[in-house]
Amino acid sequence: MCLAVPMRVIEAKADGRGRVELDGALYDVDLSLIEDVHPGEHVIVHAGFAIEKLDEAEADARLALFDELARTYERESGQRVRLAAPAREETS
Amino acid sequence: MIYLNGFRDPLAAAALRARIADSASRLSAERGPVRLMEVCGSHTMAIARSGIKAMLPSNVELISGPGCPVCVTAPGYVDTAVEMARRGAAIVTFGDMVRVPGTSTTLAKERARGATVHVCYSPAEAIAHAQNEPDREHVFLAIGFETTAPAVTAVMHQAATHGIPNLSFLTAFKLVPPALQALMNDPDVALDAFLCPAHVSAIIGADAYRPFAAQGTPCVVAGFEPLDILDGVEAILRQMLDGRSFVENRYSRVVKDGGNARAQELMARYLRPIDASWRGLGTIPESGLGLRPEFSTIDAEVRFGLPQREGKPNPKCLCGDVLKGKIRPAQCPLFGTVCTPIQPMGPCMVSSEGSCAAEYRYAKGAA
Ligand code: SF4
Repeated sequence: MCLAVPMRVIEAKADGRGRVELDGALYDVDLSLIEDVHPGEHVIVHAGFAIEKLDEAEADARLALFDELARTYERESGQRVRLAAPAREETS
Repeated sequence: MIYLNGFRDPLAAAALRARIADSASRLSAERGPVRLMEVCGSHTMAIARSGIKAMLPSNVELISGPGCPVCVTAPGYVDTAVEMARRGAAIVTFGDMVRVPGTSTTLAKERARGATVHVCYSPAEAIAHAQNEPDREHVFLAIGFETTAPAVTAVMHQAATHGIPNLSFLTAFKLVPPALQALMNDPDVALDAFLCPAHVSAIIGADAYRPFAAQGTPCVVAGFEPLDILDGVEAILRQMLDGRSFVENRYSRVVKDGGNARAQELMARYLRPIDASWRGLGTIPESGLGLRPEFSTIDAEVRFGLPQREGKPNPKCLCGDVLKGKIRPAQCPLFGTVCTPIQPMGPCMVSSEGSCAAEYRYAKGAA
């Protein structure tokens, strides 16, 4: 029940309502539980409410760590097949 | 989808598995199996879906905790909601609650007999339902952990400020840290570490687990993607190898040390800690949230003069032992035969995040 999904903010209105996007679909959400949210940022949405922002710098840092781990493993284990998933896919 | 695929990279997963295997082999010389509890039901689901248990060495056990709000809701709560429905109230609820057994009936059965039960995705829908039918009392089933409580509180705030006279809330919010303390105090449970919830922690903050780390239990906050979970397990084993226990926040892209201050303030304004009854764990002091007395006008128990009942769980259902990690779901005699997701005997089989449902769906009874 605590599942929540990262979505990109399209519009943040003064009354705390907003629109977010996920995989090309738009949703109305309530942004009143978080402060200072701007279009282009990502928020974690649960039960129609954004409950926290997604900090992109922290996400990138963690992805870079995983990438580093994968590279080291690739070198050390001799495993060379890198599966195609890019570390980060842009939604444009 | 942005920020999801990167956390599923198979090669990074292989690298983490290798590290986990290495740490586990070094630990096993000194001790028995490591028992890690994944507290949160969404972790339980993610672990089952991505087959993570099979990726772990045999001496690392992942045990599902009490982190499914539906599973821990006491039967008396359902009985009380049913009584309100029988008195003519329309019930508005998250879908999972509809099939949770009370003492002798469920909301689904009551609906088949004519009760009005609206299933919603967002608690905000409760206001629309109440406004659509202004002459009828509407009761929102306010259950959930810290993740969900702020969203429901925001709706309480709207109902209180905009004056929606026919909407009230039957509260049974649960708090995660007091339940973890109760599990730590139970000598039968014997846990080595906690894989702490992702989105509960987004609200309460990683610092909330410090008391457990101080008692010698490593606590690692992890996200829901496969790499997040493996990474969390890896971090726990490393702490254990180093003989240390501290709070590590591996989901810092969402979770802050202090949590979401705005959500905490809103909750504190409307709600206060109360003793709460957990299915399987019994009553735990100050482990729930109820409406403050000054908001009794939107408190369904006050409005209907119906305090929450005691209720009795099905004595054959072993959800309590499953929730404490004492038995695996497949060890319950009803599992997969009498009790299935189509015909659930207990709440752990009802909720898609319940341990019994997760095991049934992904392992089909393999012990
Ligand atoms: S299998 Fe069914 S009866 Fe057994 S513990 Fe799980 S929910 Fe209860």
